[in-house]
Amino acid sequence: MLTKRIIPCLDIKDGRTVKGVNFVDLRDAGDPVELAKQYAAMGADELVFLDISATLEARATTLDMVMHVAEQVNIPFTVGGGISSVEHVDALLKCGADKVSINSSAVKRPDLVNELADKFGSQCVVVAIDAKQIDGNWKVHLAGGSIPTDIDLFQWAKEVEERGAGEILFTSMNHDGTKNGFANEALAKLSELLNIPIIASGGAGNVQHFVDTFKDGKADAALAASVFHYGEIAIKELKKELKKQHIEVRL
Amino acid sequence: MKLIIIDYGAGNIKSIQFAFKRLGIDAVLSDNPDEILAADKIIFPGVGEASSAMKMLKETGLDVLIPQLKQPVLGICLGMQLLCEHTEEGNTTGLGVFKTKVKRFDNHVKVPQMGWNVIKDLKSDLFKGIKENEYMYLVHSYYAEHCNETIATTDYGINYASALQHNNFYGVQFHPEKSSLAGEQILKNFLKLEVKS
Repeated sequence: MLTKRIIPCLDIKDGRTVKGVNFVDLRDAGDPVELAKQYAAMGADELVFLDISATLEARATTLDMVMHVAEQVNIPFTVGGGISSVEHVDALLKCGADKVSINSSAVKRPDLVNELADKFGSQCVVVAIDAKQIDGNWKVHLAGGSIPTDIDLFQWAKEVEERGAGEILFTSMNHDGTKNGFANEALAKLSELLNIPIIASGGAGNVQHFVDTFKDGKADAALAASVFHYGEIAIKELKKELKKQHIEVRL
Repeated sequence: MKLIIIDYGAGNIKSIQFAFKRLGIDAVLSDNPDEILAADKIIFPGVGEASSAMKMLKETGLDVLIPQLKQPVLGICLGMQLLCEHTEEGNTTGLGVFKTKVKRFDNHVKVPQMGWNVIKDLKSDLFKGIKENEYMYLVHSYYAEHCNETIATTDYGINYASALQHNNFYGVQFHPEKSSLAGEQILKNFLKLEVKS
């Protein structure tokens, strides 16, 4: 049976990981390659690198980092953040990234999803959607959640699936950072509406939240950052507990 | 050991090259027929869409060369599918090495299948040291139907052939280069294979 995936997310700036990490064995907690290797060894199923660099020069550093990660890490990984052109994706894939995730750029120019799916295949096109529930309606937000739009989450998700997205990474801004659990109601609705995998993001605080998002949220994968980085949840232990609760995981 | 990765412009082959580098082998990317014929082992990769991949193979004459190879050949993902007789993707005629057809998953499962699933019913030296129900990383929307060349199966809605073998030709639907230590073991096994004459 296809297993549910656990995905640590690493924020990258100028080719270095930014959020603090609390791994005892790391020589250099800012080194994305070292962190990625550690996560792979701990049983992470995939990794996501989110580039939050502000300048083009810094993005060039990211390409270099992607190459080093691909050289040394034996599990799949996705690169996202500031990707807006076919050329940029081509460069990332050539450096060894398995998938890319696009967000605001897809909202600004939806044809980008088609172009990427046609050229590289749906399997490497992840569309990340940040949304916030306002008066009962889920509205898509841009630029890391700072700019609200009038676009409905579910309509947009359906549209990008039709345009060729291979996967949706949905972050609930109402839940992100709260550690109160994932947006399972919206996730379940997405899963029902679409026939591509959905990654749940935003709200992970304890092991039960992962159980709930797989059972109630029907998510195919769950992404988290701080609970893993600070060692609050160990991936091995998390997966053992999921298995105990009859959720298929790779152990 | 001269290892060639056939380079016909299809998808991300860097990961495969890196995976062999981790095993201490420098794999060479090539579309040169002489170089490919002279290799000890050959990887036939593929990520992307079947009909356009086949078009690229035809443009370079690799569609004729590949089925004639005598060395161990490992088709990965789309590479394995292109070695079959036919694929529903773009209604494409394949290279016909594996006597089976490739179909699209039904929509009662999520398509693509993306993630880690188990391989079982293992029967080949390619899987030496690999236990039944080992996890492999898969990303695909089309699957190869069972045939008597099936050397591993996987369940996703249906039970399908996740690996095939015909003489010196091996094909795997999963990505050994992205499948952690077990995947590395399969690549090591491939490097050790000998052609039985």
